[in-house]
Amino acid sequence: MAEMTKTGAREVTFRGGGFRPGKTRGVGLAVFVVLILLAEWGTRSGFISPLTLPRPSDVALTFHELYTSGMLFTHLVPSLTRLFVGALVGASLGIGLGVLIGLFSLVRAGLVPLVAAIFPIPKIALLPLFVIWFGIDEASKYALIAFGTFTPTVVATYAAVDNVDRVLIRMGQSFGLRWWSIVTKIVVPGAMPGILSGLRISLTIAIILLVAAEMLGAEHGIGAYILQAGSLYDLERLFAGVVILSLLGVAVSAAVAAVERRVLRWRV
Amino acid sequence: MDLKLSSVSHSYGPTQVLRDITLDIPSGRIVCIVGPSGCGKSTLLRMLGGLERPDAGRVLQLGEAPAGCLNPLTYIFQDFALLPWRSVRGNVALVLEDHGLPRSEREAIIADVLARTKLTDFADALPKQLSGGMKQRVAIARALAVNPAVMLMDEPLSALDSQTRELLMDDLVALWTRQPFTAVYVTHNLGEAVRLGHKIVVLSRRPGEIREVVELDMPLSERRHGDPVLEAQQQHLWGLMRDEAAAADAELIDG
Repeated sequence: MAEMTKTGAREVTFRGGGFRPGKTRGVGLAVFVVLILLAEWGTRSGFISPLTLPRPSDVALTFHELYTSGMLFTHLVPSLTRLFVGALVGASLGIGLGVLIGLFSLVRAGLVPLVAAIFPIPKIALLPLFVIWFGIDEASKYALIAFGTFTPTVVATYAAVDNVDRVLIRMGQSFGLRWWSIVTKIVVPGAMPGILSGLRISLTIAIILLVAAEMLGAEHGIGAYILQAGSLYDLERLFAGVVILSLLGVAVSAAVAAVERRVLRWRV
Repeated sequence: MDLKLSSVSHSYGPTQVLRDITLDIPSGRIVCIVGPSGCGKSTLLRMLGGLERPDAGRVLQLGEAPAGCLNPLTYIFQDFALLPWRSVRGNVALVLEDHGLPRSEREAIIADVLARTKLTDFADALPKQLSGGMKQRVAIARALAVNPAVMLMDEPLSALDSQTRELLMDDLVALWTRQPFTAVYVTHNLGEAVRLGHKIVVLSRRPGEIREVVELDMPLSERRHGDPVLEAQQQHLWGLMRDEAAAADAELIDG
């Protein structure tokens, strides 16, 4: 041992580590809190003029008024209904067609170019068309949200079906499983991770389209509320509306995460 | 039920992989197919089970599958092919669900095959929780559940470490001794071939042709690791394969 120190033994320098995203709780919340406190301090001290940014505490107060007056639900309920119906229709059609594209070469050859053609269209540009087709009422809003949810879901779904391990499908065939069993028990569960991560994106797009549709013609709804506040330059109400949208986005993301935890328990 | 290959040839595009293979697979015996990589042995196995069609020649089934046989030609895959979202029990149940068996019978079959593969305690585990050897035992249990007439094994032990491989070979021998089954066992490992094969078919390099068929009469249960007779056979097989393997190794893929 003494000899080793004489010849200059030293620790091997550690150079592994990193590149491994871990879970750090509460940091996300802390970033929010710091930003809000900064805005509060800035508006109170006059560093930020009230015309640029409303005081967070005022926004909270407006939000509270909205809640106590009952107007919150007058706006929230129609919005949530539109979001739910539109996204449900769009996602179901998207998943269904995506699976068909993934399974049948003919459907793929016929529809992939079509999907590629309608994907980049800003769906909101089609609202007037939808109004003509489905009327000025709820149906045109459902159609807009459904259409906007549909395209990203189709693309995510057929890509996910393409990625299902072919060995598992061959296994199913080699055991003489019926075609329908292979689809429902091997292809669809195998595509689930990709479908769910596609849903994350398409549901966010659904929220954006919801607001857009409500801004263009709705009596009640979060989009209508924000539009009203914006045209009056009522920044407190505008921000209260924006906060609702953010919360809606967080809630949707949490819901997808909860479904993922349940459905994808098997993932390594 | 016997299987018979009658002058089977096959090409992938311009590359011929199999040439004029004629081979009998008698029931109750294990036929090992060995050969250098790329000699078409896995292709041959896929043809035997109807997952691929030969360009020329015929794959024949002689006689009817025994009664109670749900899937006469059943594979065991190299990479297990377990559904990761189903438990051990669920993976075995999968292959029984399409046969319209009453629930009690299904449960009985599952319990029986899990007991035979010593997996009863792990029935509710997910594949991700299992070691490689356990996963392959689940795949073996799944194959046993459909009561196959012929088991088609595609390098079933190649993804496992050598200790696990020894253990699983013992398991296979025990299963066969209890109830002899027919099997075609594709491997590149000559040690496995001499331990498990009643008949060892040596294929040449691409295009695969039968170089030699070696019959081994020693009962499976008496074969031990390091047995001199088996060692000698293994040396003989390696002598046949060495040059082919070296030449195959030097070939370009798709060349």
